[in-house]
Amino acid sequence: MAANKLNLKDKYRLLTRDLDWEFSYQERKKAFPFEEFEGIKITDWSKWEDPFRLTMDAYWKYQAEKEKKLYAIFDAFAQNNSQLNVTDPRYINAIKLFLTAVSPLEYQAFQGFAHTGRQFGGVGARVACQMQSIDELRHVQTQIHAMSHYNKFFDGFQDWSHMHDRVWYLSVPKSFFDDARSAGPFEYLVAISFSFEYVLTNLLFVPFMSGAAYNGDMATVTFGFSAQSDEARHMTLGLEVIKFLLEQHEDNVPLVQKWIDKWFWRGAQLLSIVGMMMDYMLPNKVMSWKEAWGVYFEEAGGALFKDLARYGIRMPKYVEQVQTEHMSHQLWWTMYTHGHATGFHTWIPTDEEMDWLSEKYPETFDKYYRPRWELAKQMEAEGNRFYTKALPQLCTTCQIPMLFTEVDDPTQLSFRDTVYHGERYHFCSDGCRDIFHEEPEKYVQSWLPVHQIFQGNCGGPGVEQVLSEYYGMNLGADNLDIKGSPDEQRWNRWKGVA
Amino acid sequence: MSKVYLALQDNDISRYIVEAIEEDNPGVTIIHNPAMIRIENEGTLVVNRETVEEKLGRDWDVQELHLNLITLGGNVDEDDERLSLSWNA
Repeated sequence: MAANKLNLKDKYRLLTRDLDWEFSYQERKKAFPFEEFEGIKITDWSKWEDPFRLTMDAYWKYQAEKEKKLYAIFDAFAQNNSQLNVTDPRYINAIKLFLTAVSPLEYQAFQGFAHTGRQFGGVGARVACQMQSIDELRHVQTQIHAMSHYNKFFDGFQDWSHMHDRVWYLSVPKSFFDDARSAGPFEYLVAISFSFEYVLTNLLFVPFMSGAAYNGDMATVTFGFSAQSDEARHMTLGLEVIKFLLEQHEDNVPLVQKWIDKWFWRGAQLLSIVGMMMDYMLPNKVMSWKEAWGVYFEEAGGALFKDLARYGIRMPKYVEQVQTEHMSHQLWWTMYTHGHATGFHTWIPTDEEMDWLSEKYPETFDKYYRPRWELAKQMEAEGNRFYTKALPQLCTTCQIPMLFTEVDDPTQLSFRDTVYHGERYHFCSDGCRDIFHEEPEKYVQSWLPVHQIFQGNCGGPGVEQVLSEYYGMNLGADNLDIKGSPDEQRWNRWKGVA
Repeated sequence: MSKVYLALQDNDISRYIVEAIEEDNPGVTIIHNPAMIRIENEGTLVVNRETVEEKLGRDWDVQELHLNLITLGGNVDEDDERLSLSWNA
């Protein structure tokens, strides 16, 4: 071994802290104008620790290697026509939703970390945010590359970025990141690095991606796990951020707790989309949403919050209001009944899938949800596949249609409302209503897609024009049931069953 | 004591890393999922450079773990010799 090789700790110190400089002709406060704005108190930035002690030189080396591995698999996937090896064409719709709903968030995260990193006086935090910003840009790029292959063979992939900014259900993920990015830099870190990355993204990238592998989609599982290998670093950063803030000053504790409460609830509602993808959109299923929640939130999150208790941090508020028994069923039913207005196909679960759902949700599926699907099946058999004529009412905070039910009564839709400056605002839950109350001036500005349609800001006059002209959907190809869709017809032709 | 965990991509390198982890952490639980291997342990988990090098039959930098890592849970501490995960409560 070379005698003068630096050890990891020394190298990290030299390549982060020692790169910082003092301000000689500018006031430090002017250089970091947002650092005190939220009320967070930092007494000593040098206490910031990156437990991986990753420096830029090592970062580039390992990221380059990850990319080489990833693109070799994309090439092999394309050259082998592997789009034909996925379980069935229904699966592809989970990927359409991923590209339109999730990948643009990677881009938002890239922007968010680039901006936020700039705002910190501590060089360790700046370097960590810079790396994460570059990671997030890599994620969006690799996801677009992976999914561009599907765009050659399936409908619904053509205009994901345009759709992300407009489509009714895509405002749910979009507004989540808009909310975080328009917050102060410390709230952004608690929101994204801790609440989202540490507490919740495992649910998106781990069981769902393992599910992609189980459905024959090697391209997706590979970009997913490649992204997640960066996430492991992001999660660690998220936990360090929290510990750092809590150790810096006791006045930070209530602020951090408030942000954890808010962003846990925002994240749990947002991830109902992933729950629906896992329970209904993966033909081969790895685990149910409820099981995934058990492993990745209750078990992992439980351990985490027990560890944080010594700082005076408790479990997020509203945790007992997360309805893992119900959310995936209620959301897929909403997508199914609004399937004329979705940029992906919807369907009734098969008999075998319903049996799987009964087994996974023994208390609820047969009692509340199977009868609906039996009715839908009967209507479809009579040539009357159900599509609702109404536009959904949206929650002002999370922007999800008001489709969730009361915690103590799954037959009663949950509605909350409040009046602010003479206007009435509607919410899906106590959590979303309370978040509004904390910052009403922020949320009264929400761009709610259904309101915008009714106000005439999305073209029209009819829903068809909104969908085709404003959203950019190819009606009759991107939307409606999988049965009889061009996707299904092409698939059957390729498989020689038509 | 809470469980710490590590998930690795199921590939050739990871199989040796898992062998090393099993050797250095008696009682560890290994769970195979499609395309991934999840490793759980009560309280702490350690990946030692020396043991991985022995299994792989070549030099191995602890930071190479990032190439195969999917996710982890626990407080991380990493240096030239090992990566360790732990919960304090």
